[in-house]
Amino acid sequence: MTASLFSHLPALQVVLALLAAPVCLVLRRHGAAWLIATGMTWVLLAIALTLLGRVLETGTIIYSLGGWPAPWGIEYRIDLANAFMLVIVTLIGSVVMPYARASIKAEIEEPRIYLFYCMYLLNLAGLLGIAITGDVFNLFVFLEISSLSSYVMISLGRDRKALIAAYRYLIMGTIGATFYIIGVGMMYQVTGTLNMADLATLVPDLYGNRTIMVALAFLLVGLSLKLALVPLHLWLPDAYTHAPSAVSAFLASTGTKVAVYAFARILFTIFGGSGIFDDFGLQEILVSLAIAAMIGGSAVALYQSNVKRLLAYSSIAQIGYMILGLSMASVIGMTAGLVHLFNHALMKGGLFMVMGCVFLRLGSVQIESMEGLAKRMPLTMAAFVAGGFGLIGIPLTAGFISKWYLIQGALEKGWWPVVVAILVSSLLAVIYVWRVVEAAYFKPPPKGAAEITEAPASMLVPTWVMIGLSYYFGINATLPLDIATGAAETLLGGVQ
Amino acid sequence: MGFMAVIGFAVARLRNLFAVVMLTGIFSLTAAVLYVILDAVDVAFTEAAVGAGISTVLMLGTLALTTSEEKTETTGGSPWALVLVVVTGCVLIYGTLDMPPFGDPTAAIHQHVAPYYLEKSGQEIGVANVVTSVLASYRGYDTLGEVFVIFTAAIGVLLIIGRPQFGRRRSHRMAVGELRDSMRTNVILRVVSKLLIPFILLFALYVQWHGDFGPGGGFQAGVIFASGFILYALIFDIDTARSLIPARVTRLFLALGVLLYAGVGVASMVLGGNFLDYSVLAADPVGGQHVGILLVEFGVGLTVAAAMIAIFFTFARQEH
Repeated sequence: MTASLFSHLPALQVVLALLAAPVCLVLRRHGAAWLIATGMTWVLLAIALTLLGRVLETGTIIYSLGGWPAPWGIEYRIDLANAFMLVIVTLIGSVVMPYARASIKAEIEEPRIYLFYCMYLLNLAGLLGIAITGDVFNLFVFLEISSLSSYVMISLGRDRKALIAAYRYLIMGTIGATFYIIGVGMMYQVTGTLNMADLATLVPDLYGNRTIMVALAFLLVGLSLKLALVPLHLWLPDAYTHAPSAVSAFLASTGTKVAVYAFARILFTIFGGSGIFDDFGLQEILVSLAIAAMIGGSAVALYQSNVKRLLAYSSIAQIGYMILGLSMASVIGMTAGLVHLFNHALMKGGLFMVMGCVFLRLGSVQIESMEGLAKRMPLTMAAFVAGGFGLIGIPLTAGFISKWYLIQGALEKGWWPVVVAILVSSLLAVIYVWRVVEAAYFKPPPKGAAEITEAPASMLVPTWVMIGLSYYFGINATLPLDIATGAAETLLGGVQ
Repeated sequence: MGFMAVIGFAVARLRNLFAVVMLTGIFSLTAAVLYVILDAVDVAFTEAAVGAGISTVLMLGTLALTTSEEKTETTGGSPWALVLVVVTGCVLIYGTLDMPPFGDPTAAIHQHVAPYYLEKSGQEIGVANVVTSVLASYRGYDTLGEVFVIFTAAIGVLLIIGRPQFGRRRSHRMAVGELRDSMRTNVILRVVSKLLIPFILLFALYVQWHGDFGPGGGFQAGVIFASGFILYALIFDIDTARSLIPARVTRLFLALGVLLYAGVGVASMVLGGNFLDYSVLAADPVGGQHVGILLVEFGVGLTVAAAMIAIFFTFARQEH
């Protein structure tokens, strides 16, 4: 029985999350819904870790859904890259859940809370479905589930602007998904298959076919919209600013990351063997967009007065780092990109959680309203400083590791200007983090400021767990680095 | 197709949203005709039921809540938008250049996986309609995902605009006030719809259970069932319609449908197969496939019908 249970883990990874959602709907109690959602995220984390362990031990796991072998049926093909993503998503999901209880209670009206948890589970299931699948159409289906649920979750922000932000995201996201499915349709038309592994063997022979080229263009543009690559990032700042705090924390550290993974999967696993990457200037385009994001995102972040928006622009810059790493198309560059994906998920998740604590007590996340806050909420603001160090990339933080590898990757290629860009972007990060620190630590609280206390432990502990993990993996980075290197080698398998 | 282009253009230019909604309905119907010509009967059926049917009703519901005239802003639009659209269009056309010619039997799409489905579906699954066997079994997991997309959409609507009620039940005031009044007093409408509704519901059930043999299945059946119901609510009385299926019941069915579908998958896991491997559900694999497909299609029908009804009532319940 245990053996067969283990063999079904790939299906359970997604199906359990899917099943929990309607159960929450039927129960209609927010306490019960929270309990189910929290328990479920922990189970899912355990499954993801087990899967990762098994992949490390025995190599790629293949699971045929419906018992039909690929390419006729849909298969899950879990290699290191998939398993790594599954762990990231479930890890963030399970740390955010305990935090969400108090935060969501304060930000969403009570009768709707159980529906929120239902949405959260669906979103989690969607992201996991994208990360685990070996089928491009199946990826689209789960992309839809995760997108729809993120629009809804963002719209639940207390501010009416949240609705507009969600609507804009809906329009952009739908265009992205449509582009993706057009690309899938075109690939299917000339290859007759939807299975990634199958496509990876068929596509290289079609090199030069105009339909397949256009398919790649549509796939990449569609996914770039989802992962908010400059200049397709316009939906992101509003969405992250106005969403409920727990949603910002969860989506900022998982939503765009999964899209980055899908981007790499399409570009390298499916199209890797075709040589498209070297011939069409794709590398130059991606590198320049990544640098534009790194510098531009950080520069715009300097001028924000709303800290959540500041963090959102910083996210755009950080996505630039990831794409930069991927587009080096070398093992070390790809490793840097993937490790940064993990590290940034922890840091940014933690920072958005800090902002949730601030919002809970202060009712605002404007810099000026946070003046003198460090005296009143010392633990919360200390978490911000610690997380901010990570964004800058100070040694001992996880952010340092990813930047170190990125710079090494750039040096390996002899790209000096890229190294300079990474340093400039980091300097800008120093300034925008400093602005918040200055307000919180070195300014007196505004006169007549309400007496406020530290955030509740149920929110502080998860926040510090997240920040703490980012330090743990900054000091002891071998584990994520080994996994990311393995994942990078798998993804690049088609290229070499 | 030319007709579709004309309609598309008209939709973009028109300022009267009521006309726009009608035109999108016609657009879908034309698309459905096109699909029939292309021999994709199942797709045509879905397009007709969803595009021309239920979404038109929902859009009318939205219009009743807001206004039927678009605010005219003469900003003229950015030239960059035009450039972007034209470039995208050109790229799409460029992409078609290397597509296999229409109806070419040697095209990759007819050579790779499709022959397997056509040859083996009969003996492996034993369902006359190959489309059903691909949707419900070979790629049944995608269909499960799609049902969850609908489930997500319905909950999204409930979350965003469905204000929960406290204490005593308030009566549902119909937002489509004027429209409703004129419809309710119209004898022809009342009589004809009274005659039609039983047949619509019956037809939905036929589509539900006959999907194995002809075009149809849970999606279409669910939508048709819901439209019969919504028709009643529109023409007669929304409160009566609501009391027939209270919010709690729709919510329950919404959950039950997806639970049934995923539950079949779990059952096949317990019985020793992979997730959604129906072959293990009965003594012989073909029989198991048959049972599995019937059950999951029923799950699809339940969730789709409940989702449509829930969305409609959530819209209708809004007050001005």
